[in-house]
Formats: sequence, C-alpha cells, structure tokens
Amino acid sequence: MKPLQKVAASVLCAIFVLMVLATFLLPAPYARQFRDIPNAGPSTAHPLGTDALGRDSLSRLLYGTRVSLLLAPAAALLSTLIAALLGSVAGLLGGWFERIVLAATDLSLALPWLFLLLVVRAMLPLDVPPLVSVLIAFLMMGLLGWQASVRVICAAARGVRDSDFLLLARSSGCKPARLLWRHVAPNLRPLFYAQFFISIPLFILTEANLSILGLGVMEPMPSWGNLMRGFEDFSTLSANPWRLVPLVLLVIVVMCFQLVLPTQEVTQ
Amino acid sequence: MSETKNSTNLLRLGFRRLLFLVCLGLGGALVSATMVRFAPGNGVSERELDPRWRAESVEALRQAQALHQGLPSYYLHYLSALAHGDLGESDSLKRPVRELLLRRLPVTSGSVVRGLGVAWLAAVLLASLGLACRGWLFEASTTAFNSLLLSLPSAVVAMLAVHLRTPVFCAIAVVVFPRLYSYIRNLLIRAYDQPHVLAARARGLGNRAILFRHVLPLAAPPLLALLGVSFAISFGAAIPIEALCDSPGLGQLAWQAALSRDLPLIVNVTLVVSLIMLAANSIADLAGRTFARSAQ
Repeated sequence: MKPLQKVAASVLCAIFVLMVLATFLLPAPYARQFRDIPNAGPSTAHPLGTDALGRDSLSRLLYGTRVSLLLAPAAALLSTLIAALLGSVAGLLGGWFERIVLAATDLSLALPWLFLLLVVRAMLPLDVPPLVSVLIAFLMMGLLGWQASVRVICAAARGVRDSDFLLLARSSGCKPARLLWRHVAPNLRPLFYAQFFISIPLFILTEANLSILGLGVMEPMPSWGNLMRGFEDFSTLSANPWRLVPLVLLVIVVMCFQLVLPTQEVTQ
Repeated sequence: MSETKNSTNLLRLGFRRLLFLVCLGLGGALVSATMVRFAPGNGVSERELDPRWRAESVEALRQAQALHQGLPSYYLHYLSALAHGDLGESDSLKRPVRELLLRRLPVTSGSVVRGLGVAWLAAVLLASLGLACRGWLFEASTTAFNSLLLSLPSAVVAMLAVHLRTPVFCAIAVVVFPRLYSYIRNLLIRAYDQPHVLAARARGLGNRAILFRHVLPLAAPPLLALLGVSFAISFGAAIPIEALCDSPGLGQLAWQAALSRDLPLIVNVTLVVSLIMLAANSIADLAGRTFARSAQ
C-alpha cells in the first residue's frame, strides 16, 4: 500500500468511526427544531449552526453521513452479489446463457443510468415515509447497478473455466456446486472485492444526485444529498461557508475511495 | 478480394445492428406499455373519485382511457398508435408526448453535442500535453484536479453553473471531461509504450509521424467506442443539470415526469433516449471496426 493510500484509508476509517459514534456525539436529535434560532451561525451549542427550520446542522450532518455511508455500501454489496452470481455462472457455463447475459449487460450499459433510475422511481409511490425512501433508494441502486461488474467478472470466470486446475478438479469428479464454491469463488474473490469498492463512490454520488432532485432520501431524514439541496441559493452560502461541510465531506470520502481502490490489474 | 469481403462483412454487421435496434425498439415499446399498464395507481383518473359522478359516467371514463381492456387489445392499440407516431399523452402536462419530445430533443441534443465537443477537446489537449511533458508536478496536479471533478455530483456542478451563470453545455462538459481525460490519458500512454512505437522512435521518426502512423491507428477504435459511451454519460448528466439550470430539454422533462409520476411521458422519453444511445454506440462501434480494418 502506497503512503497516499494509507492516508486515504485512515481518513475513511476515521469517518466511519465518527459515523458509528454519531449517536453519542449528536448535540440534538436530527429532526428537533430550535424554532427561536433558525439559520443561526456556529456557536458552542450548535457548532455548525442551524438550518432554515432551526434544526442542528452538525446533528443532521452526522446522521446524514451515517445514512449515506450505510446506504452506498449496502447497495454496492447487493449489486456485487448479483454481478458475482450472473457473471460467474455466465462465464463458467458459456454458450447461449453467456451471450444473453452479455447482451443484456451491453444493452443496459448503453442506457443512461439516471434515466433508468427515474423510470423505476416514478413507478413507485413518491409520498412515502423517510425510512421507506431510504430502502427504495438502496434497492434501486443495488438492483440496477450491477451491469459494469458483470462484464468484468464474466471475463475472469471465463479465464478460470479454461484453467488447468479446474479441468483437473472436474476430471477427479468434483460436483458443480463444490467446483463453484471451492475452486471458482476463491479465485474470483479479489475481483468481487474490487467491484464492491468501485461501486461505493458511484452509489454515494447517485444518492446525492437523486436526493438533490427530490427523488432520493426524503425529509426530515438527512443524507448528504438532502443536506446539499440548500446549495441552490449560493448567496447564503458565501455568507455562511460552514454550510458547505456536507459537500466537503462527500468529496473527501469519494476521493479517498478512489485512492484506496485496488490496482488496475485486479479491476480489469 | 479481401477488401470486398471486409466491406461485405461490415455491411452485414451494420444490417444486423439495424435489425437489433428495430427489435429493441419494438421490445422496448412493449415493455414501456406493460410498465404503464401495471404501474400502481396508473389509469385511475382523479375524476373517478368525485362522488358527484354517476356509476355509468365513471365506467364511460374507464372505457375511454382504454386501460381497462384486455391485455392483447391494449398492446395492439398501443402498437398501432405507435406505428402512426402516437406515443400517447402526458398525464401531467396534458399534451401529446410526441410533441413534447420534438420540442425538447433539440435543446438537449444541442447542449450535449456542444458539451461533448468542449469536453473532448479539453481531454485530448490535456492528455497530449501530459504526454509531451511527463513531469510529476503536471501529473499530480492534473490527477488531483480530475479526481476532484470526479467526486462532484452532477447536481452540484449544475448549481455551480447556475451561480456562475454559465451555459448548460459548460456544466455537461465539466461532468464528462474527467471521465474522458483519465481514459484517453491511459490509452495514449499505453499506445506510446508499445514496442513498435519505441522501434519507430529509435529509427528516428518524428513525433507527428509516430502519432499519425503508429499511435492513432492503435488508439482510434477504443476512442470511437468511448465517443459512443460519452453520449450516454452526457445524456445522464443532462437530467440534474437541465432540471436545476431550468433548461427546457429532455432531462428537465424526465425529472418533471418522475416527480409527477407521469409514466407515459417518462417511459417514452427513456425509450427515445435509449434508442439514440444505442444508435450512437452502434455507429461508433462500426466506425471503430472500419478504422481498425483500414489500418491493418
């Protein structure tokens, strides 16, 4: 691991610890309104001030960090599982099944990802409780975000299929399930990890885009995207620069994920 | 002889792609129709809930919407309307979808084409500059800048564009540029590191000759494929950018349709955009293959 990667990994660890400990660090519940001090500046009671509804900005930031940083890896896990299953089976079986999977993958890769998300989101009710909106966002991203990983995993599985050790295992009577579990999966595991880590920053950015557009996590539950909805009014931002903290945190986390990502030899 | 065979193969491939697009359009239309038909709450008019309407009037309303017919007749009705260029009517805007698409498509296409032009120009120029002066400072600063742009959500770029009063295509260029730059840079580095390029350099060939005779033929097919992909990226980026910059294009239309759960509109917008993307990708792929064969 390069020094820069170590720094990025440490920063990510620190942010994750902060996220876990958020419950103990919150100055106030994220939805509690201090109606006498809306749009307040930083103070000892409210280190990042309050928003237009008088809610504590630090509490909302910490809780929003938890929502975004749990949502993205969960969606990445789901999409990687789907990609691992489809890609491995397609690569190992080959033939028409591989052709169908790859054609479907190519087709969905050619579609703009946000358009697809909007169609699915429009099919579901919009007026839902905040927790359900988090679940919908997680499922949408997880179930629709597997395409890029399938291609990579399928190509690697094809390589494993043609390997000598698999031929040897087959000739010694190894059953398909055992073959998959004992021989194929361990060889593809680094690739699964790589695809998982690659998906996380993508899903963090997608959640932010959807929430800014009002189609992601619903109020009053905070997420990084929700917290950035107020950026439309830049005149207040220049007077209150601490409101940029959610964006700064998002950029730091996404950049750190980009830095700690595995090397290209693993991901290609 | 082999040249004729090559062009026949390319023609065959082109025909197959065209057939695939037609089949896909038909399949996509049927899927769209199914989605609209089975979406929860779709096809229920607000007027049905008005207690002042009599049961016969409500029934007449349902019949008029043609959504409560049997499935085969519904598909037939949809496809025959589609054959006449009728994509249905928007629930929220109460206008024909076709008319809305025809009005909005040129706006988005204009922004996307100009944005892509700027992004490609900047990416190629910066990547070439990076190859010309391979210093760590230049590399570190461009990598950091690129990484920063990659970490910004498109919606934030759109808000910045609103604040700085820059045109929509500039925001699209900012979103697309980092994705292009890193790929083009890696591609050119790999092409320049090939043994035959090193041999050409050792033989004393000039930079221009190396670029046009050895590097570009190698890099052109993946670059053309990237051109197809970059269309998909920029159309995707157009949604938050047009929505937040208040630009009356397809992105804004899709966003408005999603917010008002206007399924006939969002599904048809996505279908049209998908067909444009697939056509762009097919053309880019065919162009790449033609280039690769002519270079051999």
